Amino acid sequence: MSRADETLITRRGFVIGATSSVAGLVLAFHVPERVARAVAVAPPKTPPPPANAFLRIAPDDTVTVVLAHSEMGQGIWTSLAMLIAEELDCDWAKVRSEHAPVDAVYAVPGVGLQITGGSTTTRVEFDRYRTVGATAKNMLLRAAAARWNIAPETLIVDKGIIRNGDQSLRYGEVAADAMKLSPPASVKLKTPGEWTLLGKPTRRLDSLEKVTGRAMFGIDVAFPGLRTAVVLRPPAFGAKLVRFDAAAALDVPGVEKVVKTQNGVAVVAKHFWAAKRGRDALVVEWQRPAAGVVNSDALIAEYRRKAKAPGASVVAVGDVESALSAAQTKLVAEYDVPYLAHAPMEPLNCAVKIDGDRCEIWTGTQFQSGDQQTAAKILGTTIDKVQIHTMFLGGGFGRRGNPYSDFVAEAVTVAKAAGVPVKVVWTREDDIRGGYYRPAYVHRVQVAMDRNGNPSAWDHVMVGQSILGETPFADKSGIDRTSVEGTESPYVEGVRARRVTLHTTRTSVPVLWWRSVGNTHTAFAIESMIDELAHAAKRDPLEYRLALLADKPRFVAALKLAAEKAGWGTPPMLGHARGLAVHESFGSIIAEVAEVSIESGQIRVHAVTCAVDCGSALNPLGVDAQMQSAIVFGLSAVLHGKLTIKDGQVQESNFHDYPPLRMFETPKISVHVIRSGAPIGGIGEPAVAPVAPAVANAVFALTQKRLRTLPLRLV
Amino acid sequence: MKLHINGTDRDIDAPADMPLLWAIRDLVGLPGTKFGCGMAQCGACTVHLDGQPVRSCVRPVSAVGTRKITTIEGISSDGSHPVQRAWVEADVVQCGYCQSGQIMTAVALLEQKPDPTDEEIDAAMSGNICRCGTYNRIREAIHLASRMKRGVA
Repeated sequence: MSRADETLITRRGFVIGATSSVAGLVLAFHVPERVARAVAVAPPKTPPPPANAFLRIAPDDTVTVVLAHSEMGQGIWTSLAMLIAEELDCDWAKVRSEHAPVDAVYAVPGVGLQITGGSTTTRVEFDRYRTVGATAKNMLLRAAAARWNIAPETLIVDKGIIRNGDQSLRYGEVAADAMKLSPPASVKLKTPGEWTLLGKPTRRLDSLEKVTGRAMFGIDVAFPGLRTAVVLRPPAFGAKLVRFDAAAALDVPGVEKVVKTQNGVAVVAKHFWAAKRGRDALVVEWQRPAAGVVNSDALIAEYRRKAKAPGASVVAVGDVESALSAAQTKLVAEYDVPYLAHAPMEPLNCAVKIDGDRCEIWTGTQFQSGDQQTAAKILGTTIDKVQIHTMFLGGGFGRRGNPYSDFVAEAVTVAKAAGVPVKVVWTREDDIRGGYYRPAYVHRVQVAMDRNGNPSAWDHVMVGQSILGETPFADKSGIDRTSVEGTESPYVEGVRARRVTLHTTRTSVPVLWWRSVGNTHTAFAIESMIDELAHAAKRDPLEYRLALLADKPRFVAALKLAAEKAGWGTPPMLGHARGLAVHESFGSIIAEVAEVSIESGQIRVHAVTCAVDCGSALNPLGVDAQMQSAIVFGLSAVLHGKLTIKDGQVQESNFHDYPPLRMFETPKISVHVIRSGAPIGGIGEPAVAPVAPAVANAVFALTQKRLRTLPLRLV
Repeated sequence: MKLHINGTDRDIDAPADMPLLWAIRDLVGLPGTKFGCGMAQCGACTVHLDGQPVRSCVRPVSAVGTRKITTIEGISSDGSHPVQRAWVEADVVQCGYCQSGQIMTAVALLEQKPDPTDEEIDAAMSGNICRCGTYNRIREAIHLASRMKRGVA
């Protein structure tokens, strides 16, 4: 949308969606209502009008930024507001954020869906939100100029106060006039040199709510008449509900109804505890599938067999087979990763109120458009009748953006069957065992080495399930880009003979994107193999990488900075060793150095040093937070995360056997930001990928033991 | 049944085996205390009973008796408690879901140990899981709150 530093204001960006009968301005200046909270406590009889704005300015100068994306911890509550505030020149202390309703106007530019994921929010909204801010400022200045009967160009703005010599007007005083003006045809956006807010470490706007317990998550939604449901779902993937007896459940005090769901039974009660006790009392008969029952150990073994032969072509350059058979030195290694649950701290939940052909949904979702369509389909209504109130997400990591809208579809079905407003709440066990996992994968990588130890042929076979599969996001090519992302590695692109192939498998275990998606396993395989090559060539792992990446200055800079800050080349403490990895994903390049030791037979990670090149860091404090977050998230998978499936049944159930990292295991993490001026990269996900190979490589440096299976186990 | 919660007596009609967590959330209507695991593994449900941090998700409401319950809403409603201020200052929160429990554990820690070491913080806080990985900033915020409380900030 941007043309140099001038941004055209498109009609599409400035009219409201189809849900309104009157096309109005995006910039509506009216008194903000505490929509989310007020609605959550007592839903109004008639649905509130569709919000038609990215921005509201109240008479008291409060600026409310309406977010087309969901806040799940990644900090967009603050960064999107910063984009608008930078151009608006308002008082940052008076800026608030709120989630948008679901509406076509809030679709992601270029995507056409209201969805949060792929570490894209701040990048894709960079132009749109700044343009909104600049447009509003233009209109406010024109309104003030009209009051004073002078030209708007002569006015000066500082923190939302418009000055004309000795006279001044606050934004709040001219907002009502401004909303009557037509937006300018185009606005000039600031250059980075003119920024006063962007690029500065800026604290979050949602802290106060979240430290006082006032922040409203989906699970907190309550209003008179709302019931709580707990659902009994199939005990194994592929199992089908045959029949159930609700009598004992209905005897539990507080239980009001028992209804069937898509493939389960919901107990609807006055409160969670009664619903849970009622569910425990259900008598249900399930039919186990005759075939296709998954055992995860057998599945990995089967994947290993498959990996011996090439799959569908992803990359094919040169004659790999001849190059490999002619090679004097060759390394072959297999890497495997298990199924993983996202396990966000807030268990999944969704509240639904159906009123005739209308439906209101309260939930923490990453995918409003899909949820709206799914709900409309179940209810036999049109999408304009389905409202979604996006609550704070108690973690998402991909689980709350499901192309099948599983947790929303189920809640709508329960509310429809029960005939009362219902909030479905999942237990932790439901979450861990409920599917939609990071898929298990096996990688087999064969590399021929030339006389200098550099790769001269690269053959990479991958085996695993497709996430996009038959979803509307599927690639026409048949190669799921989320399966192979990261394999287009800069280490490989210069190799004369190279081949990447993929066996896409199918199982009864549903899979989903999990923070950093395919990169979680491709980076592990590639950066482990590069380390194996460096050691086979008897070269320093840093020097080896720098030589291979010599014509990739951003990679070189990230590696050098992380290495320098970690003290690479100086001896670590006795009993410690370091390993490193670098990987590009979501438009950012991140190098990480891990320092490890072995304590009582366990891998202990003491420090992770991270150098990140995300182009420009719009909020350095947020970048630091997301690097820390993704590294801890990644370490949970490196050290602990594994789901074991026996006869289609997940054996793990809660945090005692599926443990996320705890504070005592958390390393010191230092983050160093490189401002390369490259296009803005994502920050929510990309720091996950390098941490697994960095730790595995450090363990090798310490023990000479190459661990190729996640989670890393010494025995 | 009567609960003494955040300085007020509340009458509730709860089954004896109902965990205190659900009495607080669903019957008293204070949603700041969170459900995370239901088996005292994650600490999201941490409240104080007579000043001691407990996991309310496994504590039957009938076993609470006359003890004073303090929830996140009870330590200050405006964020003025030093631990809350330190949390804001250190920009700790991400998704925020676990933070009520983290703060309740930290408040109790600082009552016991006004100037804890990193090791003491780790020992006290490792029962509280944060899936967003805010641990390093939590540690920093606890030191900051300690200094605020002791007037050496």
